[in-house]
Amino acid sequence: MNFKQWNGFIEGDWKTEINVRDFIQKNYTPYEGDESFLAEPTEKTKKLWDEVLELYKKEKESEGGVLDIDTKTPSTVDGFAAGYIDKDLEEIVGLQTDAPLKRAIMPNGGIRIVEKSCEAYGRHVDPEIDNIFHTIRKTHNDGVFDVYTPDIRVARTNKLLTGLPDGYGRGRIIGDYRRVALYGIDALIDNKIQELEEIDVDEFTEDIIEKREHIAEQIKALKALKGMAKKYGYDISKPAKNAKEAIQWLYFGYLGAIKDQNGAAMSLGRTSTFLDIYIQRDLKNKELTEAKAQELMDHFVMKLRLVRFLRTPEYNELFSGDPVWITESIGGMGIDGRTLVTKNSFRMLHTLTNLGPAPEPNLTVLWSVDLPDAFKRFATGLSIKTSAIQYENDDMMRVTLGDDYGIACCVSPMRIGKQMQFFGARANLAKTLLYAINGGIDEVTGQQVTPLFEPITSEYLDYEEVMTKYEQMMDYVAKIYIKALNAIHYMHDKYCYESLEMALHDRDILQTMACGVAGLSVAADSLSAIKYAKVKTIRNEKGVAVDFEVEGRYPKYGNDDDRVDQIAVHIIEKFIECLRKHPTYKNAKHTLSILTITSNVVYGKATGNTPDGRKAGAPFGPGANPLHGRDTHGALAVMNTIAKLPFESAEDGISFTFAITPNTLGKTQKTRVNNLVNMLDGYFTQTGHHINVNVFDRSLLEDAMEHPEKYPQLTIRVSGYAVKFTSLTREQQLDVINRTIHEKI
Amino acid sequence: MEQENIEYYAKVHSIESFGTVDGPGIRFVLFLQGCSLKCKYCHNRDTWDIKGGEFKSLDEIFENILRYKSYIYPNGGVTVTGGEPLLQHEFLIELFKRLKKEKIHTCIDTSGMVDLNDKIKELIYLTDLFLLDIKHIDPDKCKELVGMSNKRELEFARYLSDNNKHMWIRQVLVPGYTDDEQDLLKLKDFIASLKTVDRVEILPYHNMGKYKWEELHFKYELDDVRTATEEDVERAKKILGI
Repeated sequence: MNFKQWNGFIEGDWKTEINVRDFIQKNYTPYEGDESFLAEPTEKTKKLWDEVLELYKKEKESEGGVLDIDTKTPSTVDGFAAGYIDKDLEEIVGLQTDAPLKRAIMPNGGIRIVEKSCEAYGRHVDPEIDNIFHTIRKTHNDGVFDVYTPDIRVARTNKLLTGLPDGYGRGRIIGDYRRVALYGIDALIDNKIQELEEIDVDEFTEDIIEKREHIAEQIKALKALKGMAKKYGYDISKPAKNAKEAIQWLYFGYLGAIKDQNGAAMSLGRTSTFLDIYIQRDLKNKELTEAKAQELMDHFVMKLRLVRFLRTPEYNELFSGDPVWITESIGGMGIDGRTLVTKNSFRMLHTLTNLGPAPEPNLTVLWSVDLPDAFKRFATGLSIKTSAIQYENDDMMRVTLGDDYGIACCVSPMRIGKQMQFFGARANLAKTLLYAINGGIDEVTGQQVTPLFEPITSEYLDYEEVMTKYEQMMDYVAKIYIKALNAIHYMHDKYCYESLEMALHDRDILQTMACGVAGLSVAADSLSAIKYAKVKTIRNEKGVAVDFEVEGRYPKYGNDDDRVDQIAVHIIEKFIECLRKHPTYKNAKHTLSILTITSNVVYGKATGNTPDGRKAGAPFGPGANPLHGRDTHGALAVMNTIAKLPFESAEDGISFTFAITPNTLGKTQKTRVNNLVNMLDGYFTQTGHHINVNVFDRSLLEDAMEHPEKYPQLTIRVSGYAVKFTSLTREQQLDVINRTIHEKI
Repeated sequence: MEQENIEYYAKVHSIESFGTVDGPGIRFVLFLQGCSLKCKYCHNRDTWDIKGGEFKSLDEIFENILRYKSYIYPNGGVTVTGGEPLLQHEFLIELFKRLKKEKIHTCIDTSGMVDLNDKIKELIYLTDLFLLDIKHIDPDKCKELVGMSNKRELEFARYLSDNNKHMWIRQVLVPGYTDDEQDLLKLKDFIASLKTVDRVEILPYHNMGKYKWEELHFKYELDDVRTATEEDVERAKKILGI
């Protein structure tokens, strides 16, 4: 391949094959300096952002916070006319529908969810669409429920397994949107045609047939993407010729994906440093100024902040607000030892200043102890001001994932364009423990959820007995969990295939079955209480243990105390071992995450009293966090506990949400930055995987709860992503406030 | 357990893995149990009684600190506070010897109200920084406020200065007790006579430790004293010229 658009770039394998990493490595300029070069927002940016803020306001005032829905047009890559905020001001164009914040329906995932969502916001799906999807076109949701077995159904309704993507898009797939900019659509189509030809084989097995069908779908999606761009006046068949086009082409790729799919998380990948190469070239050729470069990034990010999906209020209750998880992974180190931080890593983060803090895009810094000091200081300084950044351990992930991976959703790392996951939500490990004690009878509903299972009948719980039964119960949960996920992903591929996102992947990729757990700290503390204190059961008339009395003290998870921390480690190692016993759809590799986002509240609500003394309905700790208030040895002790959880057993990510008051972090901004940098270096050296950093005073949150109008952009990090604090339910707000905010007199 | 080998056991009140105000950088803070002063404003009343707290071995504490080395080295360190840490100087000598081998910064938060015997001098030698809380610059008012004259702590400060040991001077600002202008000017002169003071800090009196007195059924004598405001602190700083 050769294109004039590539003039000035250094040659490499990337010219003869689709290889974005090679292009980056050959052409990028590491930046070790500080932020002093950054530009303020231009007049155009300010004006356009004001218009967006106005739209936000209108949206918030609308029924259920939904401005508008197109109930007639099932969304496709090229299904809508061009839409604008203010055409004359927009440097980067493209909206999901023909108007900003207007949501689209995507019935391939499931028509019932679409109907429910529309009705929740006072609309009705067009009768013809209803008819088509109820009688003619089967959906993912229909497929899954056709094959679900009674054991899966009862586990679902009793909230043993929750959040399964069986009625909505699975998401957590990152298309390599950079390919659109670097190669243009035509070259990508040629490549896909070649991939198709390579599997013109004698033995037409199911696997080959499916692959061929998928590639054919991918080619169609790429063509549709070209058509969509054309409506905005751009021909993206050839590579982007400058920075503006590179951002625009890349964004079109992403936009196509979010028109095609309402996935649980629609992440962006690792784009900033890639784009920096184009910006550097333009700056060198004097075709761009720093102010203009920042303007392009600001406008790009503004578009990302307008992404909306139609979801049910229950979904929003689970995850708060309108999460999209447009995760952008920034920084990290290359395997050759050079930093992957560029000036554009700074520009991307600088949008938090130019446009103010916001949950999206989900800005994720890939932290290495070797990152340039100036970048560390810049990012942590912004964290202290905005609480809008999360950090993940590049030194640890780079070992197995190389230096061109990105984070999907909150904590799930994957090699860009070379790996995808089958998202599996999570199993409730605290409830699993109660089932082990109660012979599989749900402590809330009284239903027999598992097959008959010998319950524990003693008055006082014995550690060995409980642990043995717990492991047996985990075995059972793992079995039905994998069954459910296999069904879900088989059907998702069949009825709701992500053709555009997958068109931006290699043909042969690593697939993971991304399982997850909730309630880890509750399970660990419960077992610790049973082992080190005495736990008495309190039974109802049917003999079900519905409450527990803890006599004496026991070591609590979150204090760097091995007696209990190693129980947590054991639970994780055991559960992944149980999962691995069961074959997965497409032979995907079993992985596990310890992540709840804000659903720790809902999981807690559905779980009865637990042997650690936690009361029925009380929220779990989010992700891998200890239960609220149980960590008494300070912030670093919590970090040490969480860093013990083995990444090898939880490769899909281990989430830790951390909150601290500014004064606890230090007296001046400079010492706060110093301390936060040292803290992150220390945590990641201890092999911590992920951390959300929140720096705020409790009083600020309390005020925001009472006077939301004063804090329209107040952003806080919750277990893997950020939310606008004021968009949380009151229950979730209280959970955040009650969560340990580290402070010291 | 009996405290047989005082070099190898400490009486510990609590441990805080993340401190940022008691010394430079991130501090591992070890609160030792026991204090012989009776500061009326003390916000850690529960650390006074030497019979309280729990014994922890040198090995245990040292191993515990090492778990935090990745955070506290090289920019932070370990701060020992209390209680009065110098009451357990035999233990601290052994602990600090080990910490010095690990190149970990050591700091003691103290009133300096001790005899400058050889053991204390050895510990001073092993300590990188002192947070010296000058209780009151006036000996009589000092005795009234904390139960002991300030003679020994002023000598302690002098010794640190003469031996090139760095210190941060702290003064708790208690309205009506330590905020007299003449006293503050005297304090200023005293500090000016020391050569190794890196920082002077005014700690505004607050009553957030009052509940601990009540929990222990002791009378809190400063009930009528208001907490120090930001303006009080600014005023004191101005007088002290900091």
